[in-house]
Amino acid sequence: MRPLHPVSPGLRIALGISFFVLFIAFWAWITLGGHVNRIFLADPLSMLRDGWRLLVEDRFWLDILITIWRVFGGFVLASVVAVPIGIAMGAWKPVEAFLEPFVSFARYLPASAFIPLLILWAGIGELEKLLVIFVGSVFQIILIIAVKVGSTRRDLVEAAYTLGSTNNGIVKRVIMPANAPEIAETLRLVLGWAWTYVIVAELIGSSSGIGYMIINSQSRLATGQIIFGIIVIGLIGLLSDFAFKAFNRWLFPWSLA
Amino acid sequence: MSKLLIEGVSRTFAGVRGGLPVKALMPIDLAVAANDFITILGPSGCGKSTLLRIVAGLEAPSEGRVLLDDKAVTRPGPDRGMVFQSYTLFPWLTVAENIAFGLGERGMAPKERDDIVASYVDLVGLRGFENHWPKQLSGGMQQRTAIARALANDPEILLLDEPFGALDNQTRGLMQELLLGIWERRKKTVLFVTHDIEEAIFMASRVIVMTARPGSIKSDVAIDLPHPRHYTLKTSPEFSALKARLTEDIRVEAMRTAQARPAEA
Repeated sequence: MRPLHPVSPGLRIALGISFFVLFIAFWAWITLGGHVNRIFLADPLSMLRDGWRLLVEDRFWLDILITIWRVFGGFVLASVVAVPIGIAMGAWKPVEAFLEPFVSFARYLPASAFIPLLILWAGIGELEKLLVIFVGSVFQIILIIAVKVGSTRRDLVEAAYTLGSTNNGIVKRVIMPANAPEIAETLRLVLGWAWTYVIVAELIGSSSGIGYMIINSQSRLATGQIIFGIIVIGLIGLLSDFAFKAFNRWLFPWSLA
Repeated sequence: MSKLLIEGVSRTFAGVRGGLPVKALMPIDLAVAANDFITILGPSGCGKSTLLRIVAGLEAPSEGRVLLDDKAVTRPGPDRGMVFQSYTLFPWLTVAENIAFGLGERGMAPKERDDIVASYVDLVGLRGFENHWPKQLSGGMQQRTAIARALANDPEILLLDEPFGALDNQTRGLMQELLLGIWERRKKTVLFVTHDIEEAIFMASRVIVMTARPGSIKSDVAIDLPHPRHYTLKTSPEFSALKARLTEDIRVEAMRTAQARPAEA
């Protein structure tokens, strides 16, 4: 095969789908063929049956909704705090010098390790779930945005100065619009991570949500339900990512294509 | 009276990693009369862009000062419009919004802006492209917009830093005529930096030739070719004579640059 040679669109789709087919076929072969113990891994068909029962009989869709609300709630909370701080750090170097060492340190604190502490502070209600996502996202967003803003094209800033911009004008009318698409892309990325944090938060001390259903199913050895839950998370993540991407394209027509 | 006075302006860059400081610009004295079109011609790295950036207020001189209408330049401002070699249109603004940018920064109401913007859109021949994003324009159109954007502020002096350097030869020729045509009609004080000898002669009422780094003024040549100038001028005997003379001047400097070792530069 010639390196770096592009693949035709049709073949690309066919290859992409064929992996899923192979994957599911392998899964069906080891489960339905009796190569693994059913207790530890459900086959694809019972997974679908379990999922359907979950949705219809156990009102699993309520858990899905509550998990979505937690992700977006925590994510919006983190964004509202982190975006202005990130912009300030990128734009004004003293602010960066003041906050960057701490934020860099805080970024490596694992959100999951905070869960016991957050439960002590905020109980096991909704606030605790939001805070887990907040702690997991906020420092990441701050740092990435600070770096993006800090690398704003200097020639655009200089051009604006020669057109009469004040220091505040530069921040509002050059630095912010210039980085808006990158900031939106950063948020899209971090939203993906927020899905990981919410499940972890729901695995511990929770009575609702997709994560709760998963941990609950574990005690009943309902591997079909666990796999269904994981697939649902993946699908929602994929959908929200597509939606976010489309929204960014619509918002910033000047930056793409 | 001079519009722009450059008095003993020099620039030294601090040494890198304990190295010796680098002198980019020897003290320069230059007086620019109102409505003059001055081109600054020099080999690469001679400090001509640095000089222009000092006039713009984007860099501070190590010594000396710049006076515009007897007022010392300390920072960039709308009285000195600038066009850069790199494409510096704001990508999130349309052509019309880019041209209106300076007016908006001045606090002018959107309604007032529209008339001014329309006249500059016409001036640079971009009617029909007002609502395009910069990325949808060719390099030449982007630089035309950049010129309109700088002029819309009605600056006292227009500074251009190799504005056509990234354009292909044909487009460059057309852009030279366009800019010269605007200058002939509207009269503006212009400082234009270039390393292209033909461009320097064709545009200028006066060519300042700079030496290799550290830059200083090597010669100051008045260009008395008649206006309005047409591209055919470039093949006339007078033009050729000027070109031969400046080519000789520049060649010596370019060779000095080429021979200088990095350690000495």
